[in-house]
Amino acid sequence: MRQSALPGLTVALIVLAAGLVVAFTIGRYPVSLAELLDVLWSRALGRAPSAPAAVENVVLLVRGPRVMAALLVGSALAVAGAAFQGLFRNPLVSPDILGASSGAALGAVIGIFFSLGIFGIELLAFVGGLAAVAAVYVIGSMLRSRDPILVLVLAGVVIGALLGAGVGLVKYLADPYNQLPAMTFWLLGSLAATSVSDLLPLLGPVAVGTIVLVALRWRMNVMSLPDEEARALGVSTGPLRIAIVAAATLVTSASVATSGIIGWIGLVVPHLARALVGPDFPRLLPASALLGGGFLLLIDTLARTAAPVEIPLGILTAVIGTPFFIWLLADMQRSWS
Amino acid sequence: MTLAGRDLTIGYSDRVVGRGLNVALAQGEVLALLGPNGGGKTTLLKTLLGLLAPLAGEAAIEGRSLVSLSIRERARRIAYVPQLHTPTFAFTVEAVVLMGRTAHGSLFSRPSAHDREVARQSLVRFGIDQLAERPYTMISGGERQLVLLARALAQEPQFIVLDEPTASLDFGNQGKVMREIRALAASGHGVLFTTHDPNHALRAADRAYLLRAGERIAEGNVAEVLTKTQLEELYRAPVDTLTDTTRGTSAFLPG
Repeated sequence: MRQSALPGLTVALIVLAAGLVVAFTIGRYPVSLAELLDVLWSRALGRAPSAPAAVENVVLLVRGPRVMAALLVGSALAVAGAAFQGLFRNPLVSPDILGASSGAALGAVIGIFFSLGIFGIELLAFVGGLAAVAAVYVIGSMLRSRDPILVLVLAGVVIGALLGAGVGLVKYLADPYNQLPAMTFWLLGSLAATSVSDLLPLLGPVAVGTIVLVALRWRMNVMSLPDEEARALGVSTGPLRIAIVAAATLVTSASVATSGIIGWIGLVVPHLARALVGPDFPRLLPASALLGGGFLLLIDTLARTAAPVEIPLGILTAVIGTPFFIWLLADMQRSWS
Repeated sequence: MTLAGRDLTIGYSDRVVGRGLNVALAQGEVLALLGPNGGGKTTLLKTLLGLLAPLAGEAAIEGRSLVSLSIRERARRIAYVPQLHTPTFAFTVEAVVLMGRTAHGSLFSRPSAHDREVARQSLVRFGIDQLAERPYTMISGGERQLVLLARALAQEPQFIVLDEPTASLDFGNQGKVMREIRALAASGHGVLFTTHDPNHALRAADRAYLLRAGERIAEGNVAEVLTKTQLEELYRAPVDTLTDTTRGTSAFLPG
């Protein structure tokens, strides 16, 4: 504890800085680091930049919203993943363990099926995610058990499967030439369509959920102990579990609604963060946020530059996440797991 | 000040585990709870911790029902040392002991300088302050048990309840934990522990409570209660007694 978290947080900060630079500078219209700094600096001081107007447009209007979205989504998924892994006392848990992604997926494909606008689709996805987790929680609480955590996870698996069937049904009924590709694209995750108007609906829930989790950071340490042990230490585990699940779900649902389903980040990044700063939540949460943002910025840059067409994010994170996950399984005895 | 259960019916909503149980534990006293597996030891322990509400009767501290106390109020009076387990995450020893300060802060508060000082003194008391920075998952079982004792002490409770504190420890560490239990009582704590070894009760406890199939078989001073006949009745198995005639001490062997 007294050991400094500074080295670990510095590494996370460097990853984030690298992600930001790479995301702003690389692309079809390359921007040099000097131009980038010039534009951002002038903007901050309210001056006219010396760089050409085209550069300013690319940085602020074309890449800016997408960079902000990647930053927020990556941080949000990583923070929610860290919270859920602690709460479920299992390092192999991802933020959609309680059905947030499946609920959001069903909401989104229904939105696409009824040809709602982008706002309608995102709203349905957001509400779908929240509703799915609420349903899982209610079912889990109704089935009184001595192991509330296990029942919750099983309810999540079952409801997730049902929602998956719902997604399958809507895809089956969808118009195969227009709607089905849109659904598939959404389900694989992408930030390509992000615009400035997406940022506020994303930032609001992410900020609220993250603030709640950060405020509860010391209690989250105790919540990672078995239920009875945590209660004997003076924590009202029931209400606190609802608060943590609600906050982490708010953050996850808002992210998924904006970006579609991006797996792996919420699973993998908290592990890297623990390797850097240890499992103590007061330092794990900031480290996860920094690393998650940086990680998704790097992957999103790869997604839009590696091939002539955009590669869906969900595919890239899976390609990178799978070998990592296997390494993780082989290395579970490591002290920080 | 006493921690007491009166006319307790203990168990779960679908299953009664024990009936008509009366237990009392004073500060400065060690009570050992013995009995065969499935006899209700753990259920009684949880009831006296306030983790499980009694189905009938009352568990109370200083005359106040445990059920009427808030979770935080209970945690500042009674500490729980669970059976040794390997935690999922590698918190440092200091972080684990700091968790003992949870009930002394508010929901959003961070540990104060005072909390850190109490945690440090707890570690010093058990002679493990040099482990403070080590991951809790990377120390030995005996050290982990001492860390859990230090965490319980950091709660600044009047009573400490331990679930099989000597199980899964090597011979030397069993003795060490029993000495620490005596020391906790000497510093004014009421200590309740369960054990499968009557010798540990003889060694560390003032009184013993024998529980079989949810019924009290006997209760009283260890020297009076822990006898060959009582133990054979408790475990329904033959027991041998070894007596050191020069010192007047006894020990038991199964079989």
